[in-house]
Amino acid sequence: MALKLEHVTYIYGADTQLPVRALDDICLEIPDGQFIGLIGHTGSGKSTLVQHLNGLIRPSQGRITWNGRDIWEAGFPKKELRSSVGLVFQYPEHQLFEADVFSDVCFGPNNLGLPREEVQKRARRALELVGIPEALYGQSPFELSGGQKRRAAIAGVLAMEPKILVLDEPTAGLDPKGRDEILGQIAGLKKETGISVVLVSHSMEDVANYVERIVVMSQGHILFDGEPRQVFRHKRELEEVGLAVPQVTDILHRLSAAGFAVDTDATTVPEARDTILKALGGKWDGPAAGRGAMGEKEKC
Amino acid sequence: MLRDITLGQYYQTDSLLHRLDSRVKLTATLLFIISLFLVNNLWGYVMAAAFLAVCIRLSHVPFRYMVKGMRTILFLLLFALVFNLFLTPGTPVVRLWKLTVTKEGIRMAAQIAVRLVLLIIGSSLMTLTTTPNHLTDGLESLMKPLKKLRVPVHEVAMMMSIALRFIPILMEETDKIMKAQIARGADFESGNLIQRAKAMVPLLVPLFIAAFRRANDLALAMEARCYRGGEGRTKMKPLVYQRRDYMAYAVLLLYFAAVIVIGRILPI
Ligand SMILES: Nc1ncnc2c1ncn2[C@@H]1O[C@H](COP(=O)(O)OP(=O)(O)OP(=O)(O)O)[C@@H](O)[C@H]1O
Ligand SMILES: [Mg+2]
Repeated sequence: MALKLEHVTYIYGADTQLPVRALDDICLEIPDGQFIGLIGHTGSGKSTLVQHLNGLIRPSQGRITWNGRDIWEAGFPKKELRSSVGLVFQYPEHQLFEADVFSDVCFGPNNLGLPREEVQKRARRALELVGIPEALYGQSPFELSGGQKRRAAIAGVLAMEPKILVLDEPTAGLDPKGRDEILGQIAGLKKETGISVVLVSHSMEDVANYVERIVVMSQGHILFDGEPRQVFRHKRELEEVGLAVPQVTDILHRLSAAGFAVDTDATTVPEARDTILKALGGKWDGPAAGRGAMGEKEKC
Repeated sequence: MLRDITLGQYYQTDSLLHRLDSRVKLTATLLFIISLFLVNNLWGYVMAAAFLAVCIRLSHVPFRYMVKGMRTILFLLLFALVFNLFLTPGTPVVRLWKLTVTKEGIRMAAQIAVRLVLLIIGSSLMTLTTTPNHLTDGLESLMKPLKKLRVPVHEVAMMMSIALRFIPILMEETDKIMKAQIARGADFESGNLIQRAKAMVPLLVPLFIAAFRRANDLALAMEARCYRGGEGRTKMKPLVYQRRDYMAYAVLLLYFAAVIVIGRILPI
């Protein structure tokens, strides 16, 4: 059950005066059960790429295969692909239209032609997964708060029970709390159901804590593709294309430059604490002291 | 999918026609359309077509691109054609089942077709070579005399420019919502008429909401910048006639006089 992109190129407005080469020779494979972060500066082609994943736009060159079969060959079951690869657009709350939240979530599975009970079961499960309480099921989606709308819209795609869930900047425009909640729920969902998740973002900070693989895009190319710690080693190149490594990694890089023997591969706060403590040679021990040490060391 | 509609869109390039003052182009379009309706013989239409062809050459807009936008109105053209062909009374020429084609019908249909095609290409040439901003600036300036009659010229022009500006935005929005619903399994392309009409609901509801949201945002943004209508408002780039504009007016008058003389006086 793998989705594979082979040398995909996409050009917007090919027959106009100003063609834009949004994707340039992209090769990418999305295997089962992987949590992937797709990162890139504004305009790097992330949204264009994800629309290829479920056959919404057709590559200008190259091919896309789902289980070895070209998705653009005649007679390919597009609807099946779209239920297997669930795509949540940027600002998905703008697609809500039904009179109440529950019916809106039912829209996707209904389109798959499932029986009524199955549709409702799926809608219920999806709403539960994104943490919308039952009391809100009957409300108009337009009366929800921004974060709730976003989650209801995500549930609308989840209810189709995709094997690959693609989310285009699911946290754009949310406050830090809403952001952490949604990212946490997505991570939980990934763990629970074992589906693949592609999380599009332009913030390393967001994805570093969750994903197991990072794909970095810049100007339509894939710049890096690998485990977070491998990708974060290219701090300079990342900064050149307008991205930043997570703050902890940044601090470790600076400490290392200042002559401390820290392991710059650490990507999370606990890992960073451990390696800093080790570098300082046990002068500080215990978590409380550790926190103090970090505060102090940040100054140098 | 919606991007194929080129009718009424601006085509970015550099040409004499692009550089002309928008007031000249507006006047020219108006005169051209009037000339199409005054002419009633073959030579007049040949002249109008030739004039248009020269303008198209001068505009550097590929003819192919222009015609692509015409496809959307092909239906209208066919409709007018068929109606005139069969429903004009006169001397019968051919009899098809219950319908008769008359000599007058053929002439009328041909005339209507030529007029419509020239009219549409002519006016789309104006929008292709003039940015919406210039267009409304030109309109506002040409309609200035109406201010004396208490017509809110500036406000009308502003509304027009906003409407024009919103067309591509709403088109983009439609494209996005359509894709989002297709991703949720919606089907806009198959089914009978009723099913298709029903399938539009998930598209239209979010589209209307988006339009209202945008309008609201725009109103707020304008108010925040102290917009208060036309009273005492100056332009950052006022329209100023250049030498080429006067020459264009001269050419235009020449064309108009010639086409009327030839198109109305010569026989056929
Ligand atoms: N509909 C379109 N028509 C023409 N060009 C487009 C269109 N959509 C995107 N582009 C161009 O393609 C390039 C990639 O855009 P894309 O939306 O994929 O970027 P992105 O990485 O998603 O950016 P962001 O982080 O801002 O969402 C950009 O240069 C953009 O200007
Ligand atoms: Mg994007």
